[in-house]
Order: sequence, then C-alpha cells, then structure tokens
Amino acid sequence: MSAEPDGPEDRLLRLTTIWSRAVYPVTSTSLTRAEFAERLLPLARRLSELLRARSFDAEAAKAVGAALVGAHCTDPEALSRTLDCVDAYLVLYCGEDGPQDELRLRSSRLQHAMAAGYAQALRERTRAEQEAIAQAALRAQGVVAQALHASEARFRAVFEGAAIGIGIADLRGNVLQVNEALLRMFGLSEPTLRGRRVQDWAHPEDAPQIRRLYEELVRGEREHYHVEKAFNRPDGTVLWTNLTVSLLRDADGSPQYQLALMEDTTERRLLNLRLRYEATHDALTGLPNRTLFFERLEKALNAGEGQRFGLCYLDLDGFKTINDSLGHAAGDRLLVEVADRLQSCATAPGEMVARLGGDEFVALTTGPGTERGVDELAERIMNALVTPISIDGRDLLVRGSLGIVEGPAGERTAAEVLRSADITMYRAKSAGGNRAELADPEADARAITRHGLTTALPTALERGEFFIEYQPLVHLGDGSVRGAEALVRWLHPQHGVLGPDRFIPLAEHTGLIVPLGRWVLEESIRQARAWRERHGGQAGPLRINVNLSPCQLGHPGLVQDTVDILERAGVTPDALCLEVTESALIGADDDLLKPLRRLAEMGVDIALDDFGTGYSNLANLRRLPVSILKLDRSFTQGMQRFPADPVDLKIVEGIVSLAHSLDLAVTVEGVETGAQAEQLRILGCDTAQGWYYARPGPPERLHDLTLVDSTG
Amino acid sequence: MERPAWAPRSIDISVPSVSRIYDYYLGGSHNFEVDREAARRAMEFMPGLPKVMQANRAFMRRAVRFAAGEGITQFLDIGSGIPTFGNVHEVAQAAAPGARVVYVDHDPVAVAHSEAVLADNDDADVIAADLLKPREILTSPRLERLIDLKRPVALLLVAILHFVDDADDPYGAVAELREALAPGSLLILTHATYEGIPLPAERAEGAVDVYKDIRNPLIMRSRDEVARFFEGYDMVEPGLVQMPHWRPDSAPEDEDPYAFAGFAGVGRSA
Repeated sequence: MSAEPDGPEDRLLRLTTIWSRAVYPVTSTSLTRAEFAERLLPLARRLSELLRARSFDAEAAKAVGAALVGAHCTDPEALSRTLDCVDAYLVLYCGEDGPQDELRLRSSRLQHAMAAGYAQALRERTRAEQEAIAQAALRAQGVVAQALHASEARFRAVFEGAAIGIGIADLRGNVLQVNEALLRMFGLSEPTLRGRRVQDWAHPEDAPQIRRLYEELVRGEREHYHVEKAFNRPDGTVLWTNLTVSLLRDADGSPQYQLALMEDTTERRLLNLRLRYEATHDALTGLPNRTLFFERLEKALNAGEGQRFGLCYLDLDGFKTINDSLGHAAGDRLLVEVADRLQSCATAPGEMVARLGGDEFVALTTGPGTERGVDELAERIMNALVTPISIDGRDLLVRGSLGIVEGPAGERTAAEVLRSADITMYRAKSAGGNRAELADPEADARAITRHGLTTALPTALERGEFFIEYQPLVHLGDGSVRGAEALVRWLHPQHGVLGPDRFIPLAEHTGLIVPLGRWVLEESIRQARAWRERHGGQAGPLRINVNLSPCQLGHPGLVQDTVDILERAGVTPDALCLEVTESALIGADDDLLKPLRRLAEMGVDIALDDFGTGYSNLANLRRLPVSILKLDRSFTQGMQRFPADPVDLKIVEGIVSLAHSLDLAVTVEGVETGAQAEQLRILGCDTAQGWYYARPGPPERLHDLTLVDSTG
Repeated sequence: MERPAWAPRSIDISVPSVSRIYDYYLGGSHNFEVDREAARRAMEFMPGLPKVMQANRAFMRRAVRFAAGEGITQFLDIGSGIPTFGNVHEVAQAAAPGARVVYVDHDPVAVAHSEAVLADNDDADVIAADLLKPREILTSPRLERLIDLKRPVALLLVAILHFVDDADDPYGAVAELREALAPGSLLILTHATYEGIPLPAERAEGAVDVYKDIRNPLIMRSRDEVARFFEGYDMVEPGLVQMPHWRPDSAPEDEDPYAFAGFAGVGRSA
C-alpha cells in the first residue's frame, strides 16, 4: 500500500510502527516484527475510525482490546504499553482536525473499553487454556490408569494362572500373598498360609547354606538365591521344590519384599531316586549291586588317614548244582534267602552287603577298627549259613567260601582289593570250601603269576618255549643206564626256566595238557630213536619214560596218537614207558583203564608213579595193566642217613616183595647217595634214578653217561 | 518392582513438566502452579529465558517455511510439547496446504492436549513415544498413516536434545532417525549452550540446576558437540549458528541478547 507522505494512511502506519515497537519486546509471539506490525495495522485503523466516529462504540473498542490477546500479547505489560501508545499518539496521528477536547475524551473512553475487552479476553483465554490442560491431564491420567489396570490384570492373571508357586513375604518373613499353585503344592488354604512366617518352613533336609542365603537376602546383601528345598505338608508328606527367592526393592532401591518362585519337584525327585535305586540295586535280592558297592568301596579307600576297610567276598559252594537240579526259580529263592541273612549280618554303620552277580556276594565294613571287625563280620556270615535253607519243602545245606581282605585306606585301588578278595575266595574254595581265608600278599602274587602263566601257555607252545630234560634210569644190579625219564621244562621269557610243577597243573586246568603232552611224547620218541640208532643195541635198548597226566588219560585220542607217533618214528612200543600217577588211577573204572590196557598189550610199559602216596588199594594192583611200580622218594629219604631207618627198610622190603610177587618191577626215585643205592639194591629194587647218578639234563649228557657206562 | 516397559509412567501433576514450563515462557496458560513456580525460579537466574524460547519458536517457523519452500510436505516434530500459537502444523499447512505433520512427545499430558487440538485436523496427529526409542516412533501406525518414509521428511528436534544425557546415547537415537529418512530430508535442530548467554556461566548454571531439581537435567553442549548430531548430513547455509543468525527475517541486531543463547541449524540428507 503506498501512502501519501503525511497523508492519513502514512500517519496510520507511523502510529502502527510506534505501537509495534513498544509492544513487541513484551510479547511472547514467534511472529517476526513485520508480521506483528501487520497484525496491529487493522487494529490501529479500527481505533482511528472509532476515534472519529459520530458516537462512541464501546463494543468495537473492546474487540480491539480482545484482538491484542489474539495476537498473543498475553503479558499485561503489552496492554499497558498499548494504552500508553494510544493515549500519546492516537489523537496526534489520527485526530485530523477535529476538536481536541472531544477527541481526547473519546480516546480516553476508547482506552477504558480496550482495557476491559483485553482483560475479558485474557480471562477467557486463560480459563480456556487452564480448562484444556486440566482436561488433557485428566485424559492422560485416564489412559495411564487404564494401561495400569490392564497391566495389573495381566499380572494378576500370570500370578494366579502360573503353574509354578508364587509367594510374596515381607523382609521379616511374614507371608503376604500366595497364588493358587502354591496353595495346591502345600495342600493348604490361603488363610492358613497367610500370616505364617517363612522361617517356620525349615526342614531337616535343608542344605546347611539355606539359612545363610536367606539372611543375606533379607539384609539386602543378595539379590536372589536358588536352592532345592523340602517342605512338610499338613498331611505329613514331603513337598520337594526348586526354589528361587528374589529380593524386591522399591523405587529408591531399598529392600522391600521377598518373592519366592517354586516348582514342585517331588515326583521328579522320587523318579530320580527310584532310577538311582534301580541303577544301584540288584533286582532279585534288593541288595546294593556292583555299581553301588564299588562306589562305597572307592569311598572307603579314599577315606583318609587312620581309616581302614574290611571286605568279605562270598561265593556259594555248589550253587550250580542246586540250580541245575532244582531249577532256576529255586536257585533264585535260595539267593534271596542268602541275601536276607547276609544283610542281617551287616547292620552297623559303615557296613554293607552287596550282590556282585550270580552267587557272589560281598560284605564291606569301614572305619578305624576293621582289623577285628572284619573277622567278626566273616564269622557272622559263616554262622548265618549254618542253618539249612528250606526251599520247596527241602532243607538245603548252603556252604560258602569266603575271601577276606583287610587293610588301611589309601593304599590300593578298588579293583586291586576286589581281585585280592577273589583270589583269596578261590583259595578257600580249592581248600575244600566252607571256610574263610585271609588274604595273603604272597598267595595273591602267586595267583597273579599263575594267572599270567596260564594265559601265556598256548603261545609258549606255539613259540617252542618248552624243552625236555632227561634223567637216567639206572639198573641197580649192574649200574647200567637202562633208559631215561623225560621231564618237560618251560623257558619263560621273563621267569626263566620253570619246572613242571609250575605249569602242568595250569595246563591240565586249561586242557592245554593234551597238545603239550603230545608234543612231549613226540620229542621223547624222536630222542629214543636217535639213541637207538647210535648205540645199535650195544647196551640193550634204551627206554624212554614219559609222564601221562590224568587229563591225557581220559582223552579219547590217547591210544591212536601214541601208535601214530611210534609208527612215524619207526620205534617199537617197548622203547616207551608211560608213567601214570597212583592218584589218577584211584577208583578208575574199566573205561578209563581200557586205553592203558590196549597200550600195554601193544608192548608199551605202564609205570605206576608216586606209588605209596595215595591211598593205594593193593588189591587193585592185580587188575591194573601196570608192569612197574615207581616208589615215591619219601620212602628212600630215610635211607640217606646211616644207619638207615629200620621202619623204612621194612616198608620198602615189603613193597618190593609184594611187587615181585605180582610180577612187577620196582623203580626208586630220589637216590642221592651211594649208601642209599647200595641199600636199595640189597632190598631188591630193580632200577633207580636220582641225583646220585645224574640230574635231569640235555640228551647229550645221557649219551655220555651211556658211553661211560658201557666202557666202564 | 521395575516398571514394565510397556506400562506408561504414572502422571503426577504435582511435578513440573518441561513442556508446560515451555508453554508458560511462551505466554500460555497450559500450565499449573508447580510449572510456573519452577519457571519463575529459573528466571531468577536467567530473566531472559522466555526470549530464548521465543527465539527457538521463531527459528522453527523460519525453518519450517524454508522446508516448505524446498518442497517438503511431511513434518515429524519430536519433543513437540504443548501446542501453542504458531505451531508447526499451522506454519507448515499455511505455507504448503495439505502438508502432513506428526508430533511426538513422551509427556502424556502434552499428548492428550495435542490430541484435543488436532481433533479436527486430518493431516496432523500425535504419538506418545520416546525420542530414545526411534523404532517405536518410525513403526507407529499413526506415523505410517501420515508420513511416507520413502519421500523426504523434515525432522524437527527443537529444544529437546539438551534434555538427553550422553549416557542415554542421544547420538545413537538421532543417527537411527537420520538413517531412516529418505534422501532430501531435512534435520531441523536447536540446542541449549553456555556459549552466547549474556550472563556469567555461574548464573546460567543456577537455571540449569532448576531443571536438575525437577529431574529433567539440562545438558549444555558445545558447538562441536551439537554439530555431531548432523553427522552425514550436509549443512544448509548458514550452517550451525546462534538462533537469530539463521536466515533472519529482520536484523539480528534488533534481537534480545538472550535470543543468541542456543545453536540452530538445518542439515540435508544426501
């Protein structure tokens, strides 16, 4: 808008500028100065019109005052400055040429009306805004309250519907609130539970640290803890729980409540206990099994200084027979009864009985005084078996072999202890059973070596670790060498040369005696042929004596094998003498004697070895296919002294006489002195062997002896 | 017990609110005595505080007009507070009819009041959310209704970042917002600072302490610290400056000295 200089429009603009400059600093508007002035211009124009109007228009003037509030001039200072400005300049710039007094009066009235309009508008605006913000606050609170209500409803649903038990207590332990699940777990109603104190729930099975954890939590030194805990239910049963207790703090962080979350683990625990029980107990007898026994034994062996252990290893004698003859059901009932009796033997603390399997049981005692305790335990066990066990109306006499091991903790492993007990038990068993034996380190060592030798036997034969030594048999009449006894030796890689007493029983036990015996026979026969070829019969045929074990005797291939070997070597049967021990033939029936008889008929000599050591049935001698008696060395020992024992002389004389009357030759063993040899010759013995003539040695030695003999 | 994240904090109108204090400084009556009392206490140390607020508003108006002039029709105002005369939607919709405006505030009273004010305005809305949780803002259905994030947006962070402590990672929140905006978007920002206050620092600290007392500590930042909020954006001329110097409508010399107590700037997303 262009204004004529100092024309009415220009004057109006000047008034507006002055007004705007005065008021703008006290407004809080974000309008620019120019924008603000633009807002004031129509108001100034209106005032100018009202000043010069014919009549005074109060309402219009009020509207101008109110418009100031609308222009965001809410600071009353803006009104004050506006009125100052109107008072000073309105008449001056807009009065034109009117009467000054009237204009002044009109201006004054306009100011009053503007002030009233401004005040009214400001009051209304203030009220409206106050109302608006109060409403907003109210609505916002409603929204929050609604959200809180929803959240609380959700929490309550979680609290009530949770499968885990939830309880809240104050820090003194007073229970404030519990949920349904917790009531169900405890089998209590809410009124009974509320008002109880957390501390009242101590249980004998509580872990020792539970109390400390609780105290730390309520003192605010711990945020939470997690334990397994038992509670007593009113019906007397026990509730087991996985319990987590947390500390609840208020907004300032000071401890306020304790929150318990618990999960019912009673059934899981029972199941675990049962699984554990089943894994550690024998299903038939209910006794602890091998697993549990080893756990306890390990514990006893690791018990520390001053602690000892004692162990009784029991194996029933002849249980297999009972099982075979009465059936497994009866056998099982017997085992159950034995288990019950054994259990009543080991009731003191630190004692236990376990079934290792089959008819093997162990009893364990621990503590510092097991040296005496284990003997008493063994005695109780043996006594417990004395009374017969009644099964199906039969009274069964049960006997057992007991191996006892006792010692300090910390020296041996469980496996070593059990092996020792096992060995000792077998010692009791081989001694006839129905007895207890105490473990002996040397016997253990022997057993362990024996075990090692037994397992090494088969490979030893394959590797050719065996060899044969020969001990000459000398004719007492002329002193000539008539033959030799083949004695097998084992050149063991670690133990050196082992005599037959060390391994023949083992070979018999494992059955290896049959191939080993065959090898010995082959070797010996081969040697016999070598000798025969050399001597060409100069000094009469040399005969070879080979030992036959009871096991070989019963072997069906004995006769055929022997015949084959002789034929293959091209040696006549009379070059061979088989030695059989007296004990092997005790009570022998015709079936057992038949192969010997066949061999004898073929011309093989049969010698009865170790004669006089068994309970010889002299009458039996007649029907045995025997041609030689080998008198045991015990009879000749009395003749090493001078003068010789007269009783021994008489016995030998009697035997010789008896033998000769049955047409049997007599050979004596263990001849060590010339006097002995002379004595035996006088008594009528036919042949002799012993260190006096030669120790067992390699075949060449025998060759030399024969040569000496024939040339001497 | 810890308040769950999704439950709003309770409303206690006996505690002063920064948005109502702001309204008071701007001559409004959308406030309660506690707010006015706090505002008056701060003014004892810095009598010109209303002028600082006014300068903020004036800058905001200039910046919104500038944005509208650049063709931007979508506005996101975080920390909008109580809608007073000359608000973003009035300025924006006057400059660009049909412009869409979304306000964000975490003060439930401010949000409730904004809802009432905007009840008849289809092109403007308000979200109750926290600047520090940009994801909640960006995925809000109300935002999605009005703002297409694939097109440029003017993001206003006017007089809000100085209420966020570094420990709460305001830089991370702003970065997340910046990255969510399409190329050509503008970041419109002001921030309180000790630089430019026409008072000894000790006196200004008195006012800062008042905000500390009402649990809305005022974090004064240096120019460099404020500039970091624009990381990755190109500064629009004249850059980050004292409020009256940003594209003034009238001579800055005429401004109240307090108007210079704060940095203002606009950045543009490349």
